[in-house]
Amino acid sequence: MSEAKIEIKNLYKVFGDHPSKVIELVQDGISKTDLLEKHGHILGLKDISLKIPNREIQVIMGLSGSGKSTLIRHINRLIEPTAGEIWIDNEDVTAMSQAALRDLRRFKTSMVFQKFALLPHRTVIENVAYGLSMQGVPEAEAHKRAMHWIERVELNGFENNYPGQLSGGMQQRVGLARALATDAEILLMDEAFSALDPLIRTGMQNILLGLQEELHKTIVFITHDLDEALRLGDNIAILRDGEMVQDGSPQDIVMRPADDYVSEFIKDINRGRVIKVGSLADPAASASDGAPIIVADTALETALSTLVAAPGQSCRITKKDGSDLGTLTLERAVAALHAPAG
Amino acid sequence: MDFFLEFPELGRHTLAAMRKAIDTSFIHFSREYGAALEAFFYPLLQFMIWFEKLLLSTPWPIILLIIGGLAWFGSRSVKITVGSVIAMALIGIFGMWEDTMATLAIVSVATLLCVVIGIPIGIVMARFERAQSVITPILDVMQTIPSFVYLIPVVMLLGIGKVPGLLAVCIYAIPPIVRLTNLGIRLVDRDVLEAADAFGASPRQKLFSVQVPLALPNIFAGVNQTIMMALSMVVIASMIGVRGLGVPVLKAISNQYLSLGLMNGLAIVALAIIFDRVSQTYGQRLQAYRKGFGDE
Repeated sequence: MSEAKIEIKNLYKVFGDHPSKVIELVQDGISKTDLLEKHGHILGLKDISLKIPNREIQVIMGLSGSGKSTLIRHINRLIEPTAGEIWIDNEDVTAMSQAALRDLRRFKTSMVFQKFALLPHRTVIENVAYGLSMQGVPEAEAHKRAMHWIERVELNGFENNYPGQLSGGMQQRVGLARALATDAEILLMDEAFSALDPLIRTGMQNILLGLQEELHKTIVFITHDLDEALRLGDNIAILRDGEMVQDGSPQDIVMRPADDYVSEFIKDINRGRVIKVGSLADPAASASDGAPIIVADTALETALSTLVAAPGQSCRITKKDGSDLGTLTLERAVAALHAPAG
Repeated sequence: MDFFLEFPELGRHTLAAMRKAIDTSFIHFSREYGAALEAFFYPLLQFMIWFEKLLLSTPWPIILLIIGGLAWFGSRSVKITVGSVIAMALIGIFGMWEDTMATLAIVSVATLLCVVIGIPIGIVMARFERAQSVITPILDVMQTIPSFVYLIPVVMLLGIGKVPGLLAVCIYAIPPIVRLTNLGIRLVDRDVLEAADAFGASPRQKLFSVQVPLALPNIFAGVNQTIMMALSMVVIASMIGVRGLGVPVLKAISNQYLSLGLMNGLAIVALAIIFDRVSQTYGQRLQAYRKGFGDE
């Protein structure tokens, strides 16, 4: 994991009339129900600490009401925290003045929304150029750069249409282009693809992964969909009722769920597709001579056929650079396909 | 038992003294500041006189052309444009051209004044809860208080003439534009506002790039209502010396001239319909972006 771009430290959010009066109770660990019934306040986020690595996709996952959308809005301070700090590039966002905060939002972060949130009275190109005009880029230049991103999301020919004339998937491509056009290093995506049809959603995921391959932005991606999380995330943090349940790589989450809640989450996924053989390699065991070699980031599903055909039904697992990770037997592979009980 | 049958009111002398105190102090106030107020409104008076003269001295075919042009610019509808021109021509043929021009002048100036003052007030109301809770009851009073009641102090202060008439019209006609500006801005989609925030828009940028443009359809409905209400005040305004279609209507009431009242009344209706259709279709055209491909 590379260095942290965004660091969230002990973040709390309490909703209600006087959050500052009850925050100490919350920090002392009062339960969510007690807080609501005895003090009339709602616990949004509880003691969240998270390091978001530079230039990777950090997925934050949870069901509705888990606080994930609240959490992402703290990063650019669309929501004020009750306690805690958010550091971006060694600057404390929570201590910023309004002017500094506007600059952060104009130049360093940009955002894609679940309901697209495009300006309905502006054309596609004017929408994409919106962030640039907030940066003070002259209109001609802004439109030129906007046009580049419209082409990147394959919406050329629609630049003079209004958002209302586009389908949901196309509108979200406008939303994505608008966010990318500002050249911000941090891209905040709040359930960006959740409102789209499954097929369109997969298409958008491909577009995002393709763009990320060359842009290497720090992306914070919120979703309630585990398949999406596993597909996009370099790291996944799981929230439940405002608390962080687990934070790790997709392999960690699938192989070592932190508790029943996470186990329940991963119950129905296609493990063969998610688990990479690298995480199963046993460095202690030795493979028979002439065993086939499988690269570590091959999906287990794909590796199975090689394993079955291999002599002794075991393979050597190596990293991309050829260094040895260990051995994988068919027995071990099949065991991994089975979800850990309870 | 008497106590319950008769309302325990203040004594007649107390009430009389109270009224007298209020009246005399207002008379003093108007003597003291009446001239200053008149001076304050003098530029407005000059503008109204100039505008009315302009309308009256312009040859009628040019006025017809301008009205047709404005109707076309506003509505892009042949039906409305032709209808407006025919209505205006009929008004002329029936001998009401000059009064109509005078009415047109006061309604236009009043609407302009209401828009210039009302929209900023509406914006302030949408921005600050405090302002809304203070201004809303004032608007309620302005809309419900009988016009004759506020005509009294206005006439005491400014006498009879165009300016007090204009003020009376504005007091009655400004509430809808204020209310609908406030409402329009408050109805702007929160998600879009959040997006503007997320891209670092300042409150001012948010107002002009998101809130006002998205509130425009409602603001236009407000302008439309304001025009209608200004027109409906024409007769009352004529009681305090405003020239126009209201004067013959007033004459018709006091002398029971049925046809005179009817003709001038219908001329006011014709003006109202022209203003209404043109401003409404213009408001609808502002929302063209809401249409999908199929509706184009």
